[in-house]
Order: sequence, then structure tokens, then C-alpha cells
Amino acid sequence: MKKSIAIFFILIFFMAGCGSDNSPTTSNSNGTTQNKYIEDKGSDTLVNLALIWAEKYQLAHPDIQISVSGGGSGTGITSLTNGTVDIANASRAIKDEEISEANNQGIDPNEIVVAYDAIAVIVNPENPVDRLTVEQVSQIYQGLITNWKELGGEDRPIVCLSRETNSGTHVYFLENVVRMGDSDSKVLFSQETLLLPSSEGIISEVRDNPNAIGYDGLGYVTDEVKVLALSQGEEYVLPSEATVKDKSYPIARQLYMYTNGEPTGAIKDYIDWILSPEAQQYVLDLGFIPYRSIE
Amino acid sequence: MKDKVITRIIKIAGFSSIIIVLMIFYFLLKEGLPTLGEVALSDLFTTRWYPIEDYFGILPLFSGSLLVTFISIAIALPFGIGTAVYIAEIAPARVKEILKPLIEILAGIPSVVLGFIGIVFLSPTLRETFNLPTGLTAFTGALLLALISVPTIVSVAEDALNAVPQSYREASYALGVTRWQTIWQVTLPAARSGVITAVMLGISRTLGETMAVMMVTGNAPTMLQGIQSIFKPTRTMTATIASEMGEVASGSTHYHVLFFIGIVLFLFSLIINIISSHFSEKNRKEKEQVV
Repeated sequence: MKKSIAIFFILIFFMAGCGSDNSPTTSNSNGTTQNKYIEDKGSDTLVNLALIWAEKYQLAHPDIQISVSGGGSGTGITSLTNGTVDIANASRAIKDEEISEANNQGIDPNEIVVAYDAIAVIVNPENPVDRLTVEQVSQIYQGLITNWKELGGEDRPIVCLSRETNSGTHVYFLENVVRMGDSDSKVLFSQETLLLPSSEGIISEVRDNPNAIGYDGLGYVTDEVKVLALSQGEEYVLPSEATVKDKSYPIARQLYMYTNGEPTGAIKDYIDWILSPEAQQYVLDLGFIPYRSIE
Repeated sequence: MKDKVITRIIKIAGFSSIIIVLMIFYFLLKEGLPTLGEVALSDLFTTRWYPIEDYFGILPLFSGSLLVTFISIAIALPFGIGTAVYIAEIAPARVKEILKPLIEILAGIPSVVLGFIGIVFLSPTLRETFNLPTGLTAFTGALLLALISVPTIVSVAEDALNAVPQSYREASYALGVTRWQTIWQVTLPAARSGVITAVMLGISRTLGETMAVMMVTGNAPTMLQGIQSIFKPTRTMTATIASEMGEVASGSTHYHVLFFIGIVLFLFSLIINIISSHFSEKNRKEKEQVV
């Protein structure tokens, strides 16, 4: 009990820290003024990457201060529309209604793709199954297919592993795999799905357990698990830098940063640096796929 | 004069913990009670927990916590009491000197370390031994929790056994009773209330434990389905709060429901504490009567 109270307070302080965004941003309406303070907010998927970028960039440019916070893609875009942030992070493209809302406020959202994120579906190396359709994966996670022999594997029960519901990857997987991109669908994960608190937890359970199926960002996947080839049409495709970029791998997405108009001044320098090979290396380190290939 | 100052300082220290508990309770109520206005009771007491789509059924979490706690105490009780009896009554002084610090070390192992051992060793072993679909089950969590609560039970129960006057045992031996019968029928009953307090403390330790449980129970919010649920994944209230509180929007319905779960946990602990203090009070009165 004592411990849970302690955790509880730490979380409260953490949340309080995240909530404060009334920082003194210098006006960014005029690109010629020196903008030494950059507010960057949005997607939780991108937040770790954005933090690393900010940290490394500030080391090299001590005169620039970058504040990064999460809250979700929608929150980031809303803040950009309200003029409270300079950069909005998003793990989805901006919607048409968000663009018109921003235009009404005199903001012109400018899209920059900063990285790709591919979701790999993984099984134990002992599992003879090595390819599935997206529909089959959906049925497995809904609990409609419960034994590997229905998929041409051994007679073993299927144990579905997922990230916790607070993970952006969980939501992406729900919308694009379990519901197969149908926004009217109300289908949910089966209640038997194990919700593990970390990517490492999923990898270690899949590595040890021949019954398990899991999903994770491609960068977290190690050699100890087997990545499945997926198909949405006729071809089965393995996730890789190439198949993500030519869009043949079905569950991959672009990660974006939005600025107000073409970036200028310090923000432009920062975005240019993010797209440089040096910064894109951190993309790879965190398990995403770089937008620019690294030589 | 000096006395007065010191008395006052000690008084403040004593009252501060009461004030802190009251403040925590107030905070919990303030953040948790809005749940009742936002979620209908008929939705709250359902069996589907999927907060990001507004399914706020807390029954699976409730049953998960009870299941894990129950199995864990069923394991920890005989072990804990047995160890306490051995240390207090049977073990020679040298063995006692080794055992006691070792058990204290067990109490000091951080639960996250036990959780890690659970993931890399216990869970695969259980899966292979019992041929389970997965080793991340209620039973795995309960085993780790038993390890966590055993030291608490042992140290409190052992103190209670030591507090039994030597004359009780001597009187028993004088009647020609064997050592085992003395332990079972004289010493343990005499220390009964202390032993019950030990078990109650163990239960509240188990109920509140978070990290180890979150790592090894699989966290699937399923309902209790009879005896086979022991070897199935389950999700406890503490694990739910810990894993979801970090990213929930402050002030949202989900946020309030998490605090509501906190209230439920708080009430559980309160009930357990009341029961255990009831027993120790009763014991004091009984002893006074004997004297």
C-alpha cells in the first residue's frame, strides 16, 4: 500500500509537470526575430524521439531551448492551431477539418515527414507459421481464431500479446489491424489478450513461448523472435526500410511534425537538423525507420 | 520548559500522519467520486474493462485482485507460520542467527527485482511444468507475492510467539505433553491474535503490491471463471492504476475511474486494518483478565 501511494505521488508530480505549458514562448509570427525558445508538443509515439532530438540539439546549440511534451497527436495539432506551440508532433496526418480550423485562426499547417514507424507482427522462432493476412491477424486478436492449427501451424493454443491501452501503438493496431481500418467498426481486442507494460515484455514472452503472437515497433524486434510476412491483398511482405517506403507493407505509418507555414529562423535550422543523417540516426536507435537513409 | 517543547514536537509528529492520511483520503474522494456522476453504476459493475473505448467495468479488476491475493495468502500462510514456529520454538540458536537476517534480506528485495525473476525464470518454468498456454498467470503473480508477504508474516508472528510466557510451555511440558502438541495446542493459541495480525498485514501487503504483479500476471482483464482461472492471465486493481495513470488525461472520466479504484483499494486496506486491530485489542483484554 505504501509503495502504491508513493508511485501514485510520483505520477501526480509527473502529470503536473506535463500539464504546464504556459511557458514564455517568444512570438513566432515574425520569422525574422530570433526565436530561441521552441515549443514542441503532440504525439506520445513521437515524444521519446522528439526528446532525444531536443536534448542533442540543445547540447550543440546552447542558445536554443526546446521544450517537448506529449499529450497525443490531436492535442499537438490543437495547440498549433491556438498558436501556443511552434511544432506539433503527430503520428497521423492532419485531418481536413483540422486544417480549416487552423486556417480560421490564421495558422497554415505545414507538414514535414520526420520518420516512419512499421509495426512488426512476431511469433516464436519454433512456430512454423511464417505469414498471415491482416484479416487473420485481426481474427486472432478478436479471439475468433484460437489455435495455431487453424493457420497451418501446430496444435497449440494462441496467446495474444499486446501493449497496454495507453500506448499509441495499441491504438494504431486496434484501428488498422483489429478493425482493419474500418472507422465504423466497434470490434475490440479479445478479453483474453495479455496487456504487457513494455515492448521488452512482449519480446521476451514471444521469445520464450511458442504459443505467443505479439506486435511491436520494428526497431524493438530482435533476432530471437520471428517476424511474420503480412498481406492485405495477394502478396506477403516482410517489414523493412524498403517495403515501408514503397508502402507495400500494410501496417506502417509516417510520423509528422507540423509547423505554422514554411519554418523560418531557429525552427528551420532545427527541422533541417532533424532531417540530417546525424539526427536520423536517433530514429533508428529508437526503433523507427528513418525518413532519410543513413549512409 | 524543555519538556514542553519536546512534547509539542512529538505531538505534531504524531498528528501529522493522521493529517496526511486524511488528506490522502480527501484527495482520493475528490478525484474518484465524480466517477459516480459520469459512469452509471450499471456500467461500472460490468465485466468489460477497456477504458480507451469507454468500457469501465471494474469487476474483472476486482476479481483479479481478490484471486491473486487469495492464492498468495493460501501459499504464504502455512510457509510464514511454519517458519515463524521453527525460528521461535524449534531452531537451535545458531540456525536462528542465520535464518532471521536471511528473512530480513528477503523482505528487502525490491519487488521489481522479484518481478524480473518472475519473467525470466518463474513464468517459463511454470508454463513448461504445467503445460500452460502462457506462464504469465494469476498463480505466477501469487507465488511472487507470497515471497513478498512471507517475511512480514514471519517477523510479526515470531514476535507474537516470543511474547508467549515461558511458563506456559513449562506448564505444558510438566503435564507430559510433547513439543509438537505444546506448539499446536498451547503456544500458537496463546499467540493467536498476534499471528492473525501477522496474516492481516501480509494480506494488505499483498493487496497493495503493484510492480511484481504487473510484470507477471499478463494483465488481461478477464473475469473469474472457476478454478482454471488460477492458471490464466488476470489483471489487478493496482496494476491497472499504475499502468494507466501515467498517460490518462487529467480530469477525464478514465482518470476519475482510476481514482475510484484507488478508493476501493483504500477501503479494502482499511477493513483489513480494522479486523487486525480488533484482534489485537481483544487479545490485550484477554491477557488483562488472565493477570
